[in-house]
Amino acid sequence: MASFTLRNLFSRLRNPRPLHRCGVYRSAREDRLSSKQTLTWCRWSHETTSIPHEKQNSHFHNSKVPQTPTWEPVSEDHLPPPTQVPLDLVDKLERLALVDFRNQDAVACLEKAIRFADQLHVVNTEGVEPMDSVLEDRALYLRDDCVVEGGCAEELLQLSKNTVEEYFVAPPGNIPLPQRDERTAMLKDSELKLKF
Amino acid sequence: MAASSMGLCTVVCNINRKITTRYPRIFSLNTCHHVCRKSFGSSTQRCHSQAQIRKKSVPQQLVGVVGLEVHAQIHSNTKLFSGSQVRFSAPPNSLVSFFDASLPGALPVLNRRCVEAAVMTGLALECTINRKSLFDRKHYFYADLPAGYQITQQRLPIAVDGRLRYSHLAGRKQNQVVTKSVRIKQIQLEQDSGKSLHDDSRSQTLIDLNRAGVGLMELVMEPDLCCGEEAAAAVRELQLILQTLGTCQGNMAEGQLRVDANVSVHRPGEPLGVRTEVKNINSARFLARAIDYEIQRQMEVIGSGGTVLNETRAFDYKSGQTFPMRDKEGLQDYRFMPEPNLPPLLLYDSETAPPPQGVDPQQVVLIDAVRKTIPELPAVRRERLVDTFGLLPEHSFTLVNEDGLMDYFVGVASQTRAEPKKVIGWVIKDVLGLLKQQGLNVSQSPVSPRRLAQLLDLLEDGRVSSSAAKLVFLELWKGTGRSPAQIVEEQGLGMMDDSAEIRRICQSVIDSHPEEVRAIRTGNKKVLNKLVGLVQKETKGRADPVRVRAILEEGTS
Repeated sequence: MASFTLRNLFSRLRNPRPLHRCGVYRSAREDRLSSKQTLTWCRWSHETTSIPHEKQNSHFHNSKVPQTPTWEPVSEDHLPPPTQVPLDLVDKLERLALVDFRNQDAVACLEKAIRFADQLHVVNTEGVEPMDSVLEDRALYLRDDCVVEGGCAEELLQLSKNTVEEYFVAPPGNIPLPQRDERTAMLKDSELKLKF
Repeated sequence: MAASSMGLCTVVCNINRKITTRYPRIFSLNTCHHVCRKSFGSSTQRCHSQAQIRKKSVPQQLVGVVGLEVHAQIHSNTKLFSGSQVRFSAPPNSLVSFFDASLPGALPVLNRRCVEAAVMTGLALECTINRKSLFDRKHYFYADLPAGYQITQQRLPIAVDGRLRYSHLAGRKQNQVVTKSVRIKQIQLEQDSGKSLHDDSRSQTLIDLNRAGVGLMELVMEPDLCCGEEAAAAVRELQLILQTLGTCQGNMAEGQLRVDANVSVHRPGEPLGVRTEVKNINSARFLARAIDYEIQRQMEVIGSGGTVLNETRAFDYKSGQTFPMRDKEGLQDYRFMPEPNLPPLLLYDSETAPPPQGVDPQQVVLIDAVRKTIPELPAVRRERLVDTFGLLPEHSFTLVNEDGLMDYFVGVASQTRAEPKKVIGWVIKDVLGLLKQQGLNVSQSPVSPRRLAQLLDLLEDGRVSSSAAKLVFLELWKGTGRSPAQIVEEQGLGMMDDSAEIRRICQSVIDSHPEEVRAIRTGNKKVLNKLVGLVQKETKGRADPVRVRAILEEGTS
């Protein structure tokens, strides 16, 4: 699932058509514009016509992301049964993320978010190899083992709120996560909570 | 697993202090492990003695099962994905690039040297090298991992299905070489984390990112080991191999080689027991002790009807015990996902899988080319020593396992007329003995191979006796720069040639020891040795013992 970009998902949902490969939806419009590929989409160009080098660097930016969002509801009976979030899972999520769901509304909101993602199940991935990234057909660049970076401690330390000598300062780590009641007290005074 | 343990190294000492008060019961555990640890000290037949203890304490014949995860820091100039330098004990945060500090937008660029090192290590350990391998993100939160994830190779690592062959000495006299092997499940490339210094008094953690992003090879072994001694021998051999290859410097004290041990006990034939993971082990010796302690502890837990908990434990080298490190709160969810910024790593082979035409050779790692650069491995070296010099296998072990000692031996053997079998005694007993005693490396030896060779020549030519040679050797050890011949000359340690003088000394010994002479005359020939010794004392060991013996026999008959 991780292999599908939202763009692909939206394309499929909008207009389910056979996949060209690896979940890249090939619309007529894209074919038409294939001579204006950007570098990001070079892989595409391998498969279509070869493009003169200058044109690849064309200032014309051909984004594959639709310019305006489109939406089409998916009927409930296409989706798997809704996920119920048990309390102990809520508790675990709260502890890991140090967020506070606290009331039933928040849990309902979480469940709604999961329900939203459930729509991914509708996408037909039959026979489609999962795709890690749009770069997966590109050669991995290998660098020479020469020192060219570093020596910028001062610059980096400036970014830190709290430093001691040349160290970054962090709160003590790997202490057990606070228990439920301690956490409530912590969240009450937390600056973080104000933001949420 | 890797990174989470690293930051903890520094905190252990602090924890230990608290643990002593918090977990006093651990320290009063069954006394069996003391016995076990004592036998370890002499390292004689540890596996055997342990088996005997097992029989006594737990009748059901539980055995230990040990699997290791080794993190080897790749010996490279720069980090795995950034061009900042790799160096131990540099000023804090001086070796950090924007990528290492995970500033937004900084991207990983793979270091070719690290790829080659992993391929070479994989080949040396008989692995299958994956022509295609993938990078993944492993998420966990710790201050010395600024990105919140570690780039590793979870799904498809660079090398799989290898084997590490190792040997250790066994038998009553530690003179039997037992060769075993442990399967290597996989070798994966991954990033090291930064280091955390815990300041408990101020309740803060100081973060140094110099180590963040250094290339690691994580070697995952199958649980083929049964005790601490085997694990220590396997790690020692792995260390030697890595050092020989130059892919890792292997200094455990500096954290270049870090070992986590997964330990469980079960009855043979039954499924494996619940395992614990022992971390924070920084030498092969402590590894053996930690594992043996942990096996013993688990046997006692089971023997007394308890159950072993799946937990992470740390080893305290001072008390020789392991203690629980933290609760895992269920299985940790690392949320593995493909690393989107790195395409698959493809490797080529000029014969079977040549790179596509027109690809820059600098961008290609050829497996067969790497294979050709693998130097002679320790096992082959030992074999060669046995074949070339007719040494005993256990001597070849000592020579190869001690850094530089093999070259020292070969240096002496090639410059002297003495037999290699005589040379080996001097090199191992005298040179190595004194080096160990004084805590020196072979390279720091005050006696050079050439000087020792000269001394052995004097001995070989009969110009000094063997006891006088020891005196000359001790004089050489002082490092005055004089040659063995000069020392013999100056201190009058040369063999006594003067027959009359030897006879005179022998006679005076006979005259002054009537009791002994009577004993010899009544048939107790052993007493003769005492007289020989007395004569040698008189001559400072300069007389030929065979000759002295003959004269004394004559005089007492």
